[in-house]
Amino acid sequence: MLKEYAQILILMIIVFGFAGVTLLLSSLLGQKKKSDTKLMPYECGIDPVGTARQRFSIKFYITTMIFILFDIEALFLYPWAVIYRRLGVFGLVEMGVFILLLLVGFIYVWKKGAFEWD
Amino acid sequence: MTIPDVNWTSIGTELILISTAVLVIFFDLVVKDKKKDSLGYLTVLGMLGALVFAMTDKEGTAIAFGGMITNDSFTQFLTVLIVGVAIIVTLMSMQSLREGSMDVGGYHTLVLLATVGMLLMVKGLDLIIIFLGLETLSIAIYVLAGYRKGAEQSAEAAFKYFLLGAFAAAFLLYGIALIYGATGTTRIEGIAQYIALKNLGTNPLLLLGVGLLLVGLGFKLALVPFHSWTPDVYEGAPTAITAFMAVGVKAAAFAAFVRIFGGALPLIAFQWKDVLWMLAVITMTVGNVVALSQTNIKRMLAYSSIAHAGYILVGIIAGGSVGWSAVLYYLGAYAFMNLGAFGIVVFYGYKQEANVEIADYAGLGFRYPFLGAAMAIFLFSLAGIPPLAGFMGKFYIFSAAIKSGYIWLTIIGVMNSLVSVFYYFRVTVIMYMKEPIKEVVLNYSLPITIVLIIALVGTIQMGIAPNFYLERALDSIKWLIG
Repeated sequence: MLKEYAQILILMIIVFGFAGVTLLLSSLLGQKKKSDTKLMPYECGIDPVGTARQRFSIKFYITTMIFILFDIEALFLYPWAVIYRRLGVFGLVEMGVFILLLLVGFIYVWKKGAFEWD
Repeated sequence: MTIPDVNWTSIGTELILISTAVLVIFFDLVVKDKKKDSLGYLTVLGMLGALVFAMTDKEGTAIAFGGMITNDSFTQFLTVLIVGVAIIVTLMSMQSLREGSMDVGGYHTLVLLATVGMLLMVKGLDLIIIFLGLETLSIAIYVLAGYRKGAEQSAEAAFKYFLLGAFAAAFLLYGIALIYGATGTTRIEGIAQYIALKNLGTNPLLLLGVGLLLVGLGFKLALVPFHSWTPDVYEGAPTAITAFMAVGVKAAAFAAFVRIFGGALPLIAFQWKDVLWMLAVITMTVGNVVALSQTNIKRMLAYSSIAHAGYILVGIIAGGSVGWSAVLYYLGAYAFMNLGAFGIVVFYGYKQEANVEIADYAGLGFRYPFLGAAMAIFLFSLAGIPPLAGFMGKFYIFSAAIKSGYIWLTIIGVMNSLVSVFYYFRVTVIMYMKEPIKEVVLNYSLPITIVLIIALVGTIQMGIAPNFYLERALDSIKWLIG
């Protein structure tokens, strides 16, 4: 049984070896000219304006959470769409129930005011 | 492609509960604030429907969903128990929901979904289903624990429970993974067969998996030394949810415990019985000894629930038809008496849980005679005084332990039971012998009265006429004895 994992082990050795050798060589051979700009944290090319460790509004959290929920809903539609024909009416009904449940949830968060920013 | 066999009636109880949850969450938007009580009644109605369905479902040992789910008599016993607990919890929360600032619709929905999780744990014939049920119930309970808006303790409770619970779930899952690694299956029956076939009694992979599984379940059952979250969470959560955790979650987790250890791992019992022996002893002792020094009644009941988990563990160690049935009987007795005690804490706690110190109970006995007498009966039953439910439960558990030759365990258990008498009696003494320190005005409402009457009738009936329940308990463990 362990033999089957030997391939993974070999792959791991190659991956770590490749990464290790690359890093080692570049640190040995590469030139190092340190400047303020180079040592700055990389933030998409813009100069950082302050610490990133600050409190965020809880509203971001709610928005993100709802986004993930409906994101995953969309994700579930893909495998269903791929074998849609083979699942037939049963699959259609199942998916209908699934989306209906999420619709109830959607109406719920809407009415509770989760989409209002203020 | 073939679609696996789907047997809808086998999960009818769950479907009814989920439909009710969807209805409740929908009506929450429509119903005016003043009429939110109707949501509670709708929840109870749905649960009653589920209860009736579970009671009339006579499929026997039907196995559905490709062997993932079963509807045997064991499941039926615990389904009735758990749905009953959920009904009582819903009823007892209605008054505090009316008084407090909690979101009513979400509360009932989460209780319903937590119940579904518990039922899945009981029904699962596959470790994955059991884990799925555990997660469904846990996530709902994490939220419910933090439901007292604005109360810092409640937020602390939810956060603590969530972090530690997530950690424990990882243990459980890792245990399942290792067991799968050792036996090549996650089916309860399959594991037992493979262990018998390959004689895996000393297989380190399997034993490690079982150990991790024990940690994960031990956390949910609040066994010592996995109990440290219990007092804080029980104290911070809304009292009705505390009752739900102490009774419902424990019943479901013990059912999974019996299913896994009794169903999948009986052949390596010689390995886990010693561990459980030690766990039972320290769980009982720590629970009872620490309960002695509590001044908050919710914390006291939390430690008492730890101790009771220890007693139930004794029944599991004893095993055999007597032991297993004693476990189920005890779960029932514990449900009645503990829900009763918590019901009074909910009722007396009043707005925002103002009266949860034991000292606040001074004078309850003569100012509210019915409430005082009921509380005294529940506490006596928890202490194990005859002729109440708690006594019969302990009697069956300890006699099973003696029959299986665990004399010392029984002695330790009985001694623990004696220790526990002190702190249960102290509350009674304070209720009847001390002058009240503050004025508490209580108004009986219909739901809380129903709760107290059901709990009282159950506590007394299970003590005086235990046969009805014992026969059903015996009937529901036939699959274990074989």
